[in-house]
Amino acid sequence: MTESRVGSNLAGLVVLDNVNKHFGELHVLRDIDMTVDRGEVVVVVGPSGSGKSTLCRTINRLEPIDSGTIWLDGQPLPEEGNALAKLRAEVGMVFQSFNLFAHKTVLENVTLGPIKVKGLKKPEAEKAAMELLERVGVANQAPKYPAQLSGGQQQRVAIARALAMTPKVMLFDEPTSALDPEMINEVLDVMTALAHEGMTMIVITHEMGFARRAANRVVFMDAGRIVEESTPEEFFTHAQSPRAQDFLSKILTH
Amino acid sequence: MDAVFQNLDLIRQGFTTTITLTLLSAMGALVLGTLIAAMRVSPVPPLRWTGGFYVQVVRNTPLTVVFFFFVFGLPEVGIVVGFYPFAVMALTVYTASFVAEAVRSGINSVPVGQAEASRSVGMTFTQTLGVIVLPQALRSVIPPLASVFIALLKNTSIAFAFGVFEGTSASNVLINRFGSQVLQILLITALVYLALALLMSAAFGWLERAVAITR
Repeated sequence: MTESRVGSNLAGLVVLDNVNKHFGELHVLRDIDMTVDRGEVVVVVGPSGSGKSTLCRTINRLEPIDSGTIWLDGQPLPEEGNALAKLRAEVGMVFQSFNLFAHKTVLENVTLGPIKVKGLKKPEAEKAAMELLERVGVANQAPKYPAQLSGGQQQRVAIARALAMTPKVMLFDEPTSALDPEMINEVLDVMTALAHEGMTMIVITHEMGFARRAANRVVFMDAGRIVEESTPEEFFTHAQSPRAQDFLSKILTH
Repeated sequence: MDAVFQNLDLIRQGFTTTITLTLLSAMGALVLGTLIAAMRVSPVPPLRWTGGFYVQVVRNTPLTVVFFFFVFGLPEVGIVVGFYPFAVMALTVYTASFVAEAVRSGINSVPVGQAEASRSVGMTFTQTLGVIVLPQALRSVIPPLASVFIALLKNTSIAFAFGVFEGTSASNVLINRFGSQVLQILLITALVYLALALLMSAAFGWLERAVAITR
């Protein structure tokens, strides 16, 4: 099975093959097989502790895995070292808690990667960064420090920072979970636009509206396993597994 | 008091050496200590072990014994420099172990998300540490570093026993010459150390305010 998926020209941009991961005794990822194609937007949902965040973090190897293989654009993830750093540059990551560099301005947050990693000259990096900040609607905040921005603004800067590396795929690890309700939409709007522009995205989120609007596929995880995969429409209206039905009944009825 | 006031030159000469010993060793220890702290947080296990081994061994050896290793040990293997360079080396090596721990605690005070974000952008371990983590660690490192360097200032007096003419040596010369004024001489000596230490605290206090960042 591995051979057919990875060896063929139809191999996905991100392929997880029989991935397992433990935190001590806890088996957080169990036999995960997943393929994400170029331009595809996959939303991963599941109860807390189901392993969805860990899954997201294994794809740029912020969490190493115990067994199995993860392929990115036909290449297996390298071990720790410069090859890994190079690969991470091609995977954009957006965190729940933004993680903007606290001692750098908004503009520097976005230019740092292109300058330090891609070797861009400062003026061209800044020009590109301003265009990205414009695109996510925070260009007027460029000279400020992250602490001076609202959560929604910070998260949009974080998206711009990731996009500045022109990544092949964007990972979103609960990007709106730490936001005040009135700021969630400004971030989801940016993400939806990105999805419609054809960016390959893996999004851990509980925002079902976003999943319906932007996702090609919903992956439901529970207790470290992928329990169900289907289109958003099918998942939300006719979930197959009892576990998914139970989960949906809890998040959709209030 | 006459003993002191008639020999101000001697005292000045001694404490000038105390100051240069402190400054040179502090710079050496800052570089070496930061390097060791970097090793202790590195993703490469042998580097982590080496860093940990250095701290545990050097930090738990009396400074006098460290001096013995340099002043009497190194000539055994054919390395002979003056007493003063030996003293700088001994103080640097010893103080570096304390600097390393202060810097490591500073590194740990920076939220782990900062390093994760930096690595996610594709920056290497060295870039992450140098560009993202250490600059943010600096602020919380300054108070413990001040303590380490004040201890260093006082530790330079051990060099007195290893052939270096510094502040305590100057005071010892005077005590031998003016036996009736021992207390006064010691008091003045202590006061000079106190003044130097307070000066150092003030410098670190200024530095702490200068590198304050908003979070």
